[in-house]
Amino acid sequence: MARSRPEPVQVVKQRRDAALGALVRGVPYIGFLGITFDRRGDELTAIMPFEDKLIGNPLLPALHGGATAAFLEVTAIIGLSWSMLWDEIESGRLDPDDLARGRLPSLPKTIGFTVDYLRSGLPRDAYARAQVTRSGRRYASVHVEAWQDNRARPFAQASGHFLMPPRDG
Amino acid sequence: MSVDKTKIAEQFITAIPHSRALGMELTSIGEGTAEIVMAYDERFIGDPETGVIHGGAVSALMDTCCGAAAMSHPRNPGSTATIDLRIDYMRPATPGQRIRAQAECFHITRSVAFVRARAMDDDADRPVATATGTFTVESS
Repeated sequence: MARSRPEPVQVVKQRRDAALGALVRGVPYIGFLGITFDRRGDELTAIMPFEDKLIGNPLLPALHGGATAAFLEVTAIIGLSWSMLWDEIESGRLDPDDLARGRLPSLPKTIGFTVDYLRSGLPRDAYARAQVTRSGRRYASVHVEAWQDNRARPFAQASGHFLMPPRDG
Repeated sequence: MSVDKTKIAEQFITAIPHSRALGMELTSIGEGTAEIVMAYDERFIGDPETGVIHGGAVSALMDTCCGAAAMSHPRNPGSTATIDLRIDYMRPATPGQRIRAQAECFHITRSVAFVRARAMDDDADRPVATATGTFTVESS
């Protein structure tokens, strides 16, 4: 069977990065916290560079529990949206150029979110990854872990349930 | 509020950079209770379609308010840190309206403070979110 020639790698990468960039830029609060996403294939790592305005306890100093919670929730929502969009882009149902032009999909809505604070958040950059543990038509469950210097020593983890946006078909 | 508590309330937010960045204002502090208000700000939007504030900003408000309630309890000698915090979102906060959180430290031991809170917009009868959390009790 004749296979069509695969697209050049940079074209594929550019298209995926543009779609992810548009998704992230669409949310003002992500920009306010200075969070960015690093993509390797379909895996995303969220990065929250340290800033003074993220401090909750100036004596230690330590990150604010609210900044940590927001970082985890942002990672969960973007991770969940990205996993949903990835399938749609790869199957051709969704045109990533549309996304890049700002025609953004509706985001999942948080139903409940539980954060466990395992260690004090240091005044350093923080990283997080989300794992979609259950993804259904209406509801999805996501687990997130955040770490700083050492991947094996997370400083916070969270799990949340989300209401998925209605989809066509 | 007594002069002492009013002063503590004023200093509380000013001392926390993240809460100050979010424009929080501590409007009431009691013995294990606190109320904090956060004005609507377009930089805090989480849903670009509707202009609704991001859940993360509501989490920061709830965390600060619960922490304040835990610290203000007469049996808490010093500082506090969050152990866990669970938030349930009942409905989206109405865009343009400020969000007001009220927290109550309903039980405290030598090492743990148990706190619950709710957040409201202008329609106080229908909470936007509720939270329950546990906080450390640290000696001063």
